[in-house]
Amino acid sequence: MSTPQATIEFEDIELPKKPFLARLWDLSKRQPLGAFGLIVVIGMVLMAVFANVVSPYHPERADFVNMLAAPNADYWLGTDAFGRDILTRIIYGARTALFVGFACAFVGATGGLVLGVASAFFGGIFDLIVQRIVDVIMAFPLIILALAVVATLGTGTENVIIAITIPFIPQCARVVRSNALAIREIPYVDAARALGFSDTRIILRHMVPNVMAPYLIMLTAFVGQAILLEASLSYLGMGVQEPTPAWGLMLQGGAEEFAESAPWVPIFPGLAITLAVFGFNLFGDAVRDLLDPKLRNR
Amino acid sequence: MYKYILKRLLLAIPTLFGAAVLVFLLLRMVPGDVCEVRLAGSGLYADPAEIELCREQLGLNEPMLAQFWAFISGYFTWDLGNSMWTGKPITYEIGLRFQLSLQVAIMATLVAIAIAIPLGIISAVKQDTWIDYVVRAFSIAGIAIPSFWLGIMIILGLLISTQYFFGDPWMPPIDYVSPFEDPWRNMSQLIWPAVATGYRYSAVATRMTRSALLEVLREDYVRTARSKGLMERVIINRHALKNALLPVVTIIAIEFAFLIGGLVVTEQVFNLNGLGKLFVEAVDAQDFNLTQQLVMLVVLIFVLTNLVVDIFYAWLDPRIRYS
Repeated sequence: MSTPQATIEFEDIELPKKPFLARLWDLSKRQPLGAFGLIVVIGMVLMAVFANVVSPYHPERADFVNMLAAPNADYWLGTDAFGRDILTRIIYGARTALFVGFACAFVGATGGLVLGVASAFFGGIFDLIVQRIVDVIMAFPLIILALAVVATLGTGTENVIIAITIPFIPQCARVVRSNALAIREIPYVDAARALGFSDTRIILRHMVPNVMAPYLIMLTAFVGQAILLEASLSYLGMGVQEPTPAWGLMLQGGAEEFAESAPWVPIFPGLAITLAVFGFNLFGDAVRDLLDPKLRNR
Repeated sequence: MYKYILKRLLLAIPTLFGAAVLVFLLLRMVPGDVCEVRLAGSGLYADPAEIELCREQLGLNEPMLAQFWAFISGYFTWDLGNSMWTGKPITYEIGLRFQLSLQVAIMATLVAIAIAIPLGIISAVKQDTWIDYVVRAFSIAGIAIPSFWLGIMIILGLLISTQYFFGDPWMPPIDYVSPFEDPWRNMSQLIWPAVATGYRYSAVATRMTRSALLEVLREDYVRTARSKGLMERVIINRHALKNALLPVVTIIAIEFAFLIGGLVVTEQVFNLNGLGKLFVEAVDAQDFNLTQQLVMLVVLIFVLTNLVVDIFYAWLDPRIRYS
């Protein structure tokens, strides 16, 4: 007597294929804050890419007749102490912010990924040394370390990126390492080793793909942090330098002096920073929820 | 327990030593030094002989190892050296500003706790309602708003509102008075930076309170308490909150350690003469001695706070025992 076998024809199960917009709508119902963040991020990227199309003026064009002009029909958000259009400089500032944000986040998280996985995989003395270095770097407040690096390398966009990236690497390395340590104990890594695979292959093909979730979570969290840190450094005069349009820089110097007579000078760039970091943080939270259901309620 | 504390203290030594090496090397990689900044800083012509003399006096011509030894040995003789810029003892320079920074840090922590714990509880209890979303948005905004911009906005708001209501714009006082001398004047100066920093700082703690409470609310003993028919208020206050607050205490303490560094930007906005401002000035003037000692102070505070948190943790939760 043969037992009837329950078979499931996989082809029969039609996964509902929804159009992109409908899926986006679903997402926004499950993650309303995340969807809002995504919109802000997309808006900012578009603004940065098409800065020369959407902005009304050239970012360095100074109109000496209209210095510190209040918002009006010609200058929607007013002008700064040099008569430069604030709206234009905010739009171009998005380029600087995004460039610094993505560069720091990508290099910092990837450096941490490599270091974290290697540290977990090799263990022993290598792990010990790497972890002590991580301890040392993490004992510095972010801004202090970044300031020290800027003092060493000098100001300017590239150096700011390096200064922000250095503290990111150990942060990501620590998180990735703890995840990778758990993965190293799973039998398939032993199996891979028993098959004679090289260390490089095991690390790249077997371990790295399994720590992608924490890597992406750190990466998205870093973008907002980097934008904020760049603004802080530029505000202190130790970041991006004039005449490059950058939000933190727009708040430096004049902004405070003119705060009372020309409040639009400090208000709008600050709003831009806040909205951008807010958007990236909300988006990052949603990414974390989707990638790591265990953390969903955190 | 004592063994554990001793072990932790010993483990802190390599961290501190590593930090010392790192900051020492970082500073010496900078082209130029305090003598160049002082004598030729504003693009003036400086006599090379004079610069050389200045370097000789400050010991900058010594070999690197000798300079490092001078830096490290200071800790064993309780002599932290003099500022290369002002020539005054570093203990004096730091002592002058430590009180202000510490006070702002403590006040900011209190502001953060006052915001974070009630909001975190409400957010957890009303999970996935609009109240929860508003609280979460509010706390994420706290991380997103740059504290220096919030500072500028607070000053602007004060100027405009006092102008509007009293006809006279009012600014917080600029010079620091000890809270024991004139508490009113002291508060009217420091409450604003404390609020600007505290709000930002509350964001992480709010989220931690929420998530910890949500986790605890799913525990069996909370279900038992519910099935006994206890009031929700009693369950939250007596059963859930005590257990949920452990990680919150940790996060608040760790952030406190970082706060001293976080004040760098806020002190600039409110023009406070604290440690953060001193740090920026020291970096600007390439005052190696002062920068080194300030960094070491911040790292030391961080290491010690971490230790205190771990010990406090064991005291709060008897289940945790250290070996």
